[in-house]
Amino acid sequence: MDMQLRSVFTFVARKLLRLGLLLLAVAIFTFVLLSLSPIDPVQAYIGADMMQISSEQRQLIAERWGLDQPMIIRFWDWLGQLVQGNWGTSMVFNQPVSEVIASRFWVSLPMLAIAWLLSGILGLGLGILSGALAGSWIDRVVRLYAYTLASSPTFWVALLLLIVFSVALRVTPICCAAPPGILAADVTLWQHLHHLLLPAIALSIIGIANIALHTRQKLIDVLHSDYILFARAQGESLWGVVRHHGFRNLILPALTLQFASLSELFGGSVLVEQVFAYPGLGAATVQAALRSDVPLLVGIVFFSALFVYTGNTLADLTYPIVDPRIRLGGWQT
Amino acid sequence: MLSISNLGITFTQYDQGLRRKQLTVITDLDLTIQAGEVVAVMGASGSGKSLLAHALLGILPDNAQLSGTMEFQGEPLTPKRCEALRGKAIALIPQSVGYLDPLMTVGRQVQRVGQLNGLSSGAARTLANRTFARYDLPPTTRQRYPFQLSGGMARRVLVSTAVLTQAQLVIADEPTPGLHPDVVTETLNHLRELAREGRGVMLITHDIEAALQVADRVAVFYAGTTVEIAAAEDFARGNLRHPYTQALWRSLPQNDFVPVPGNQPSPENLPVGCLYRDRCAWVTSECEQARPELRFVRQGWVRCIHAER
Amino acid sequence: MTVTSPISKPMQRFRSNRRQRILWGIAWCALLLVAMILSPWVIGDDGLSPVLVQRNQPPSLVHAFGTDWLGRDMLSRSLHGMSLSLRIGLLAAGISALIGTGLGLAAGTLGGWVDAVVTWIIDVFFSLPHLVLLILIAFAVGGGTTGVIIAVAVTHWTSLARVIRAEVLQVNSSDYVRLSYRFGRSPIWIARHHMVPHVIPQLLVGLILLFPHAILHEAALSFIGIGLSPHIPAIGIILAESMRHLSTGYWWLGVMPGLLLLLSVKAFDWLGENVRSLLDPKTSQG
Repeated sequence: MDMQLRSVFTFVARKLLRLGLLLLAVAIFTFVLLSLSPIDPVQAYIGADMMQISSEQRQLIAERWGLDQPMIIRFWDWLGQLVQGNWGTSMVFNQPVSEVIASRFWVSLPMLAIAWLLSGILGLGLGILSGALAGSWIDRVVRLYAYTLASSPTFWVALLLLIVFSVALRVTPICCAAPPGILAADVTLWQHLHHLLLPAIALSIIGIANIALHTRQKLIDVLHSDYILFARAQGESLWGVVRHHGFRNLILPALTLQFASLSELFGGSVLVEQVFAYPGLGAATVQAALRSDVPLLVGIVFFSALFVYTGNTLADLTYPIVDPRIRLGGWQT
Repeated sequence: MLSISNLGITFTQYDQGLRRKQLTVITDLDLTIQAGEVVAVMGASGSGKSLLAHALLGILPDNAQLSGTMEFQGEPLTPKRCEALRGKAIALIPQSVGYLDPLMTVGRQVQRVGQLNGLSSGAARTLANRTFARYDLPPTTRQRYPFQLSGGMARRVLVSTAVLTQAQLVIADEPTPGLHPDVVTETLNHLRELAREGRGVMLITHDIEAALQVADRVAVFYAGTTVEIAAAEDFARGNLRHPYTQALWRSLPQNDFVPVPGNQPSPENLPVGCLYRDRCAWVTSECEQARPELRFVRQGWVRCIHAER
Repeated sequence: MTVTSPISKPMQRFRSNRRQRILWGIAWCALLLVAMILSPWVIGDDGLSPVLVQRNQPPSLVHAFGTDWLGRDMLSRSLHGMSLSLRIGLLAAGISALIGTGLGLAAGTLGGWVDAVVTWIIDVFFSLPHLVLLILIAFAVGGGTTGVIIAVAVTHWTSLARVIRAEVLQVNSSDYVRLSYRFGRSPIWIARHHMVPHVIPQLLVGLILLFPHAILHEAALSFIGIGLSPHIPAIGIILAESMRHLSTGYWWLGVMPGLLLLLSVKAFDWLGENVRSLLDPKTSQG
């Protein structure tokens, strides 16, 4: 038990260290990029308060922030501010960046979660179906669907869904996260679901292709393995094999892939939220870029790095949970 | 109980993605196994031993075609019957722990065999526990994963999967290579025990010593055909009929330790006439004419026209 | 003994003329893409001028893609936009391929800190959602057409660099390259004479498969409004404009240009897949 606790501790420590290094790298990258860009650095640091200061004050701030200093010193100053949690004020929303990100992320989260689960479950299901029946017409249909989706523009798929379900069939709302003119507090759960359903489906459709194709290939590999041959020799049927051995052996790579897909999910949400005018973090990203809200954009860049990193770490964590060879690795007779 | 005659297995292959090609891997293979006896099927890799096992279980790849006859308990083994019998009347003991699902505890896997034989999950678990106890596997074994088993334990678990069934015919595919001599003896004794229970055991191996240690009869395969079926004692008595069997016997360390020169012909270019003629010391021009028939010589079967010498 | 399981099922019925089929596939895809790129010069600008009497017409024989709220022919607009997007995508993907090849070769042959830095940059790039990275870079360099080209160009080289780096490392550990080192050849010499021939097929396939990504990302950036200005109607901008008219039921404004975009992305995918089968039959799925 003591050993286990220690290994958990080292795992966490290693992950945190890696995260620190990664965020540092992202900081360096962002800083260099923005320093070389034609964007006014004072505005970048101060954000919304820019409107309230005169040019003398501006000069003062530039001096106080050490803009006449060499880049490396400016970087350390800036990094110090970030570490202390001073991420600046968003110009667009006139709120501290951290608050904007937090509130926006809460709006996006249900959509991201539903899309993530849907794409995982449907992708896994389609992949298993098509892998078990490899070569059949079902397999062909699934593959055609997956390959076509893999090369479809995300926002266009979202647009199509909007045209079909919101405009033609009128079963889903055409925009936003809630009916217009209703106070946030009065929005019912059903209204919430109703508004985020189509964006979530649009977002999930894109993720399905990847997971389905990988699951299919993995299942085909598994079905050609020795232990499946033996299971068949024991009288197990095709679906028995898939149920008792196939699923167990393909769920790990599928989970890894699904967690790693958080990166694409985040990117997809930017486009989908744009199409559905869904006021989440993705839409905020676009507004930050379009309206030169540098502090917010930088904040979102960091947040998205953290989001992707969380996904990758969860993927790493699933290995010991799902695979006994890693979980019990040391315990050999 | 099992009788195979003139079995042929042909694969349809695609050569470089261009031409369809027929590849005959097994030709004229004959074998019988009685209840209560251990028959060793011996031959080098590529002689068709494992394919025979897969054919009996009906788990050959889709592009394989069978010819000849296979009869099990007096009735022909059709693909449909294979499917109904496999795991129930005919069981396989695979060659290594790699044939167990790496992510499932061995207890569940052995229990699953019982369930596939029609037992309820509770009854199957009890039976699995009893079987593990029979092979001196500690109760903790059930919770282990295949990678946690030692070589000897793995063998006993694999034997358990077959013992659990009511199978009249047990096929053990290469159960001995890479094992400690004690474990080899133990494994072979387990097979003997199965025969004593009245089952027929087919021991697939390329290890003559292991085969002779346990088998009643030995069938020698060469390039996909049966060249000789001899009683186990024929080896020590010098009553071997086929030059290949004799050469194999001489290649043992305790005998002359002379390796058999040359190689088995590949299925892609089998010679006309006797398949062994290019390595045979007895070869004559007659050997090039036609494949020798399987004949009964000195109480054993042999596929050689010079077997009387 | 393991069964040498013979090559499994026949994969395709008409395998005998597979090579011919691949060549035809390449020819058709290339022709389609070239036609799309050159289409604006063939059809001219006539369809772009507003014809107010023909506003908001659904697709018909005269206007295959329908007309927009100003009576402009959507087919002409879409083709102009697609051609522009393709050209931008090609340029950006080309630059990206150069960066990827250069850094991949450098990381693989020089090793040491060069390799460490390149691998580090790749790691940083992979740690951010691609679209966020694109937005950040396009924004930082000042947006506009240049912004899009730079953003797409500097973010698409990573996978190619990885592939090339791995290929170089593999060739590097091969016997004949070790021998060259023993003969005192410089790393540059070895890179030129041993690496390049191995890397070129990978590069070609990698480059072609880069295009669809580049085009999709260009379209995405334009769609959200960070890319080209509304006066230069790239395909993403046409689609973004259509958003304003969707609720009125003019579905073709969004559907038809999107189909054209899907078709060109697919054409690149097919092209890449076919070229891959031609160069390296083992890894292809055909």
